[in-house]
Amino acid sequence: MPTSQTWLLRPLQERSTQIFLGVLFAAVALVTLLHLIMPEGHALHVSAYTVTLLGKYLCYALLAVAVDLVWGYLGILSLGHGAFFAIGGYAMGMYLMRQIGDRGVYGDPVLPDFMVFLNWDSLPWYWQGFDMAWFAFIMVLLAPGLLALVFGFLAFRSRVTGVYLSIITQALTFALMLAFFRNEMGFGGNNGLTDFRDILGFNLRTDATRLGLFIATGIALAIGYVICRGIVTSKLGRVSVACRDAEARTRFLGYRVERVQLFVFVVSAMLAGVAGALYVPQVGIINPSEFSPLFSIEIVVWVALGGRATLYGAVIGAILVNYAKTVFTGVMPDAWLFALGGLFVLVTVFLPKGIAGLLQKRQKPDEDSNADPSKPKPQEATA
Amino acid sequence: MSMFEQLTNRERVFEFLAPEASPVDVRHGPILYLEDVNVSFDGFKAINNLNLTIDDGELRCIIGPNGAGKTTMMDIITGKTRPDTGSVWFGSRHNLLTKNEPDIASLGIGRKFQKPTVFEALTVFENLELAMATDKRILPTLTAIMKPEFRDRIDEVLEMIGLKQLRDKPAGILSHGQKQWLEIGMLLMQKPRLLLVDEPVAGMTEQEMERTAELLTSLAGKQSVVVVEHDMGFVRSIARQVTVLHQGSVLAEGTMDQVSNDPEVIKVYLGEEA
Repeated sequence: MPTSQTWLLRPLQERSTQIFLGVLFAAVALVTLLHLIMPEGHALHVSAYTVTLLGKYLCYALLAVAVDLVWGYLGILSLGHGAFFAIGGYAMGMYLMRQIGDRGVYGDPVLPDFMVFLNWDSLPWYWQGFDMAWFAFIMVLLAPGLLALVFGFLAFRSRVTGVYLSIITQALTFALMLAFFRNEMGFGGNNGLTDFRDILGFNLRTDATRLGLFIATGIALAIGYVICRGIVTSKLGRVSVACRDAEARTRFLGYRVERVQLFVFVVSAMLAGVAGALYVPQVGIINPSEFSPLFSIEIVVWVALGGRATLYGAVIGAILVNYAKTVFTGVMPDAWLFALGGLFVLVTVFLPKGIAGLLQKRQKPDEDSNADPSKPKPQEATA
Repeated sequence: MSMFEQLTNRERVFEFLAPEASPVDVRHGPILYLEDVNVSFDGFKAINNLNLTIDDGELRCIIGPNGAGKTTMMDIITGKTRPDTGSVWFGSRHNLLTKNEPDIASLGIGRKFQKPTVFEALTVFENLELAMATDKRILPTLTAIMKPEFRDRIDEVLEMIGLKQLRDKPAGILSHGQKQWLEIGMLLMQKPRLLLVDEPVAGMTEQEMERTAELLTSLAGKQSVVVVEHDMGFVRSIARQVTVLHQGSVLAEGTMDQVSNDPEVIKVYLGEEA
């Protein structure tokens, strides 16, 4: 039993977290070294393109951890986490747009290009303050958190759960997608925000900045993982599992189930927002397609493939699926969705606990796998 | 909003450190008082002018044929169902009809469900830990630490319900009877003033039943206990006062002997059993 009394430090004394952080930091360090030391053209050289690609995977991994927190431990299947990811991304995108300054095509010192194009003469009120990095970074947390707070408050107070909640989250992200497609919203319409130049004074188009963003994403994933692990190993985490498995019982014990749900949901949304904010400068664009319901469903597939209610399974799932996606869409783009669907079916049938379940089986073959308290009941795993 | 209060008020006194003062006022009579309660579901009167009082420290058995309204009565007391008319008081201070389930639970009413519901993914120990009477709000729960006195209290209850050996096993592997005891143990962790126990011995062996009877009678006096049960042998072994429900209202009340000699009761219920 871990000895630390602080919920956030407790995971650091845990073997699984130590292994996870060790592997993550070693991988980030290795990529960094291979990128910096190996000469270009060498077989072991990691190109800036690959570094950014890996950074993108790490953003997805953080997003998957956020989804696993609410789905695996709280039983809330969110099919709309892409919305929080995208909002975090837009907050970062707005900052990056304001950093362009007068270097845009139209050369306006304040207005982004698309606003000049739409004949707007001043900045809308909600674009104020995004020229300051600290304000934008707070918004990266606050905007998705606030949306999750309002949405969650209404949904959980009315005791909307299960498949109905999943459908509403799906509707939420779809509605936001339609709204962000509109030019009048002031977020660049279907082109979104792009053509970024600087972040915190560093040129986004240099390899060094890209490497910096990759390392920052690795650190963000580590922090996000420790926060989630801290929550799930705390008493609140056990209450979450209790809400997941027997909501009424938890309520009769005196816990306010809707507040537990709201708290965890908001934390998860904020983590998704951070993932989105780190994603945008690396891919160089944010547009409404990140709100697409399909993307949100894909996140859930990553988590299911990696293994629900393990957190590290979500990371493995996100990285593997996206690596496969990169390979597949390069080799035969049309087959990707079939491959993803096939993979999902195979894992559901043969590996109901995902890849993480396979790892656990290898580790302790003689122990009853049902004895793991962090596992959801099997009939729920396929829900 | 109290989330904000939780964030700002960090130097709170935890409930379990505060002196044991029950907010329930029983100086003026019973601990639970139901008057003229009516509930109907789609025109069917599940509860019909029900009047019931439970005294402090009493062990009361409630019997009645299927559909007599026993479970609905429990639902009303715990805030799950709102009656159409009537009043429900806990002590002389708390009107239960204005409160929700967690409020009622934290006032000191614990409920054991008909079907044993424990958290199967958590260990026996963790099940009891969650039930412990502590601050149940979000941030205190997040930062909660396992103090030695909590551990002692949990071990004490584990001893009482006879599940000490299974302390670190997931509750999902327990037998039916063991789950029932665990659930009673969870109620005890809450230190309730009033325990509502729905069919505690359904599906139990003779031995398990005896153990359960011992457990429940040892609780009476310290807590008020209301047991809803079908098994007449079991009721006879623990009951001092018995209330017979029929079609949503009280048919008879008294000792087991008085009740079982009541011609009305024999007609609707015991007659069929005997």
